[in-house]
Amino acid sequence: MTETVTKPEPPESALSAPYWQGLRDGRLLLQACGACGTLRHYPRLLCSACFSDAVSWRQASGHGHVHSWTVAHHAFHVGFRDELPYTLVTVDLAEGPRALGRWRGATPRIGLAVKAILRQADAAAVELWFEPDGEA
Amino acid sequence: MALRDQACVSGIGETAYMRGSSKTAFELQIEASLAAINDAGIHPSDIDGVIPIGIVSGIAEDFVDNFGIRDLRYSALIPHGGASPVMALQAAATVLATGVCRHVLITFGRNVSAGSNKAGARIHNMPQFHYVTEFEHPLGNSAPAQIYAPMARRHMELYGTTVEHFGAVAVACREHALLNGNAIMSKPITLEDHRNSRMIADPFRLLDCSLESDGGAAVVVSAADVAADCRHRRVFISGVAVGHPDSPASITQRPDMTSLGIGKAAPRAFTMAGVTPADIQVAEIYDCFTYAVIRQIEDMGFCEKGEGGPFVADGRLRLGGALPTNTHGGLLSQAHVWGLNHIVELVRQLRGDGGRAQVAGAELGLVTGYGDLGDGALAIMRRG
Repeated sequence: MTETVTKPEPPESALSAPYWQGLRDGRLLLQACGACGTLRHYPRLLCSACFSDAVSWRQASGHGHVHSWTVAHHAFHVGFRDELPYTLVTVDLAEGPRALGRWRGATPRIGLAVKAILRQADAAAVELWFEPDGEA
Repeated sequence: MALRDQACVSGIGETAYMRGSSKTAFELQIEASLAAINDAGIHPSDIDGVIPIGIVSGIAEDFVDNFGIRDLRYSALIPHGGASPVMALQAAATVLATGVCRHVLITFGRNVSAGSNKAGARIHNMPQFHYVTEFEHPLGNSAPAQIYAPMARRHMELYGTTVEHFGAVAVACREHALLNGNAIMSKPITLEDHRNSRMIADPFRLLDCSLESDGGAAVVVSAADVAADCRHRRVFISGVAVGHPDSPASITQRPDMTSLGIGKAAPRAFTMAGVTPADIQVAEIYDCFTYAVIRQIEDMGFCEKGEGGPFVADGRLRLGGALPTNTHGGLLSQAHVWGLNHIVELVRQLRGDGGRAQVAGAELGLVTGYGDLGDGALAIMRRG
């Protein structure tokens, strides 16, 4: 018997579809307010600075610094059982917003300069990862 | 301060806490509710307000049906996870102070042993976790232990908080659980046991994490004048307030990951009660994780930000210490019923019914709620 273990899939919505399409196209996109330009993440309906619902999407440089991190030693979803232990990192992007991603490299530390990698997880899904930027 | 001392907790009730209960969440909730109503010395049909906690057990209509309530005047759903019970105290105090109701039931039951209702899956059905579910769950950020761990990690790196500080919280809760016949955990632990327990989500080890457990808890809150006719001495809600962190539904987007909603609630609650942290004799602090206790102690003003680790060390949280905390064992060692057990325990302490865990002469205490990704609530109570 072969057991197929799948990971949880992102429940894409009309609001977030451009973000996921961006990852598939190799670009990390952030929502920008169409009226005042304020950047935000994760995607949401209104700009909390000016309350406009106009949206444009801006490509992030992918550069940033570690805000915090954790190493998962227990799989709370069976789809990650074979990857333990794995590190999750929260990153202050150069553009301002913060992003969560998986981590490739030695144990991170707060303030470490990092860059994004968009990694093809399977035929459909592209995952956001980070790794040290420059010498690590 | 229109709410100060306008409402009292007049009845408390709990089921046995365990793992693997054969009862449904609603059965557990009904059992706890009847115990609380009986403790208040009233009849089920006297209840005219119901605040069911969460959406895992009965709804207000179920209580109308089962309790023969003929004129339900208030119900509410408060969707903030473990902050909800203390937030419900605020809602109850408001409708009691304004004369809408006479007796409000706050009630909760859960059976997490049933089916696939495990921590890693359960939260993804909750609307407040929708950002996590869409953007973080697919990367393996699934359960509260993982989601909260970066907050704790940042606190450690910025302020020097240590594994031993986390352990001090775990050990204090366990010591208190050993004095409680209705606590799931019954084995003593040491700081070394804590340090050696297996890592779940760095920096959280097994003994930093609250218990998955089955059970029910309930309280009856009554208008102060009405409570005077109830069975027990009155326990007044002197100050109560709620607060939400900035970016409440997304920890990653929070300007300061280490700031919680209770930081906004605390000054309001203390001002309403007319007391300061130095006056508090017993504290029941929501302990989904050891770290959460340390952070709330800072946010409530018991010490400066970053000093929570040293504050909890040296036995300050233990019985006999300066701030006896979680005298029932807490979520870490008694049971996890979203913190309604913390309210029950505070009332017990202020009645002088704390048994072997009684804080001598306790007249003023507080209880906190911590929900979801940092929503907070604080109630300051005093014996009448």
